[in-house]
Amino acid sequence: MMETVKLTPEQEKARKRRNLVIALGIAAFMALVFVITLTRLQAGVLDRPL
Amino acid sequence: MKRSSLISAPSSVSFADTFSPSRGRRDLTGDALSLVDAPVTARPSTASDYLALMKPRVMSLVVFTGLVGYLAAPGHGDWVLGFAAIFSIAVAAGAAGALNMWFDHDIDAVMKRTRSRPIPAGRVARDEALTLGLVMSALAVVTMQLAGGPLAAGLLAFTIFFYAVIYTMWLKRSTPQNIVIGGLAGALPPAIAWAAKTGALGLDPLLLVAIIFMWTPPHFWALSLTQTADYVDAKLPMLPVTHGAKATRTHILVYTLLLAPAAMAPVFTGLGGALYAMVAGLGTIGFIALAVVVARSKAGDGANAMGDIYAAKQADKPALTLFIYSIFYLTALFTALLIEHGLGLHWSLAP
Repeated sequence: MMETVKLTPEQEKARKRRNLVIALGIAAFMALVFVITLTRLQAGVLDRPL
Repeated sequence: MKRSSLISAPSSVSFADTFSPSRGRRDLTGDALSLVDAPVTARPSTASDYLALMKPRVMSLVVFTGLVGYLAAPGHGDWVLGFAAIFSIAVAAGAAGALNMWFDHDIDAVMKRTRSRPIPAGRVARDEALTLGLVMSALAVVTMQLAGGPLAAGLLAFTIFFYAVIYTMWLKRSTPQNIVIGGLAGALPPAIAWAAKTGALGLDPLLLVAIIFMWTPPHFWALSLTQTADYVDAKLPMLPVTHGAKATRTHILVYTLLLAPAAMAPVFTGLGGALYAMVAGLGTIGFIALAVVVARSKAGDGANAMGDIYAAKQADKPALTLFIYSIFYLTALFTALLIEHGLGLHWSLAP
């Protein structure tokens, strides 16, 4: 039988917290890229011929 | 000592074992860290441990100098892109710090000043620091490419590489000129921010780089005079270890004299105005005066040469004073530029 890493309840909680922070970090990065892209495109989008 | 722990944890090693005080300190490969005698903390890592990996004080310095570089650059930068550029620099600095701590875990475990850092204290595994550093590096460079263009992104990537590879992995352990050459990494942020706003470089951003570059040696050597025993223990070829305290004190004075023209040059190019001229002029005179005091002192001569530890600590005081002064000095110079360019209070004295 394969032996796996066993976490204590405290370590599991810490892992969940870390995962939450990583998820928030990724969401923040996506938002930042979105806002940068909008800012970069804004001038070009508004200036293009109709 | 084995340096790499890139492989994943063997299935027989639990996290509890890995960080268990009763079983001694082990990294995720299961190798014992024989050099370590720092206190062991078995608690799970917290957000503050990961923040500590990113060297927040260094981050705050590069954010500050980067902000000044961005505001001092000509043109009307977009505030969103400006924020993203400065944020990228901060993330890159954090990434470089994490990579530094990943590689330097053996040195950090020996030195008093660094043994409580997350990796030597056993609160964060090396693999995590490496992953964090690499992921953050990539995110920082990608964000900078989007916000500041290829020149800024390229400079940012070079800065991370220079700090993590050239300085940390090579220079730091091989030459007493480590902090002189390695100081370039800490000096580049204002030029990166400048490039992010304008898409180009010129004399003025390079002067900002030159100021930090010339400031770094006297700043670090002043500290190293008070920490020589640590560097001996860690077998680091810092100048006081390889050439002695007297040579270090002389080097501090020489580099301070070289810093003076770099600090005053922005007045002549128009980058620094009246306020900057006053702050840089008075500040540099004070810096030189303190460097002369250090050069004439016995700072760094150590307990053996001085006879007793108390006398040695007293003798180190001029170096400690210079170290603290140097922090205020650089902050004052860049604050003057921040006020002049950020608040529009710039009166040029340039001919």
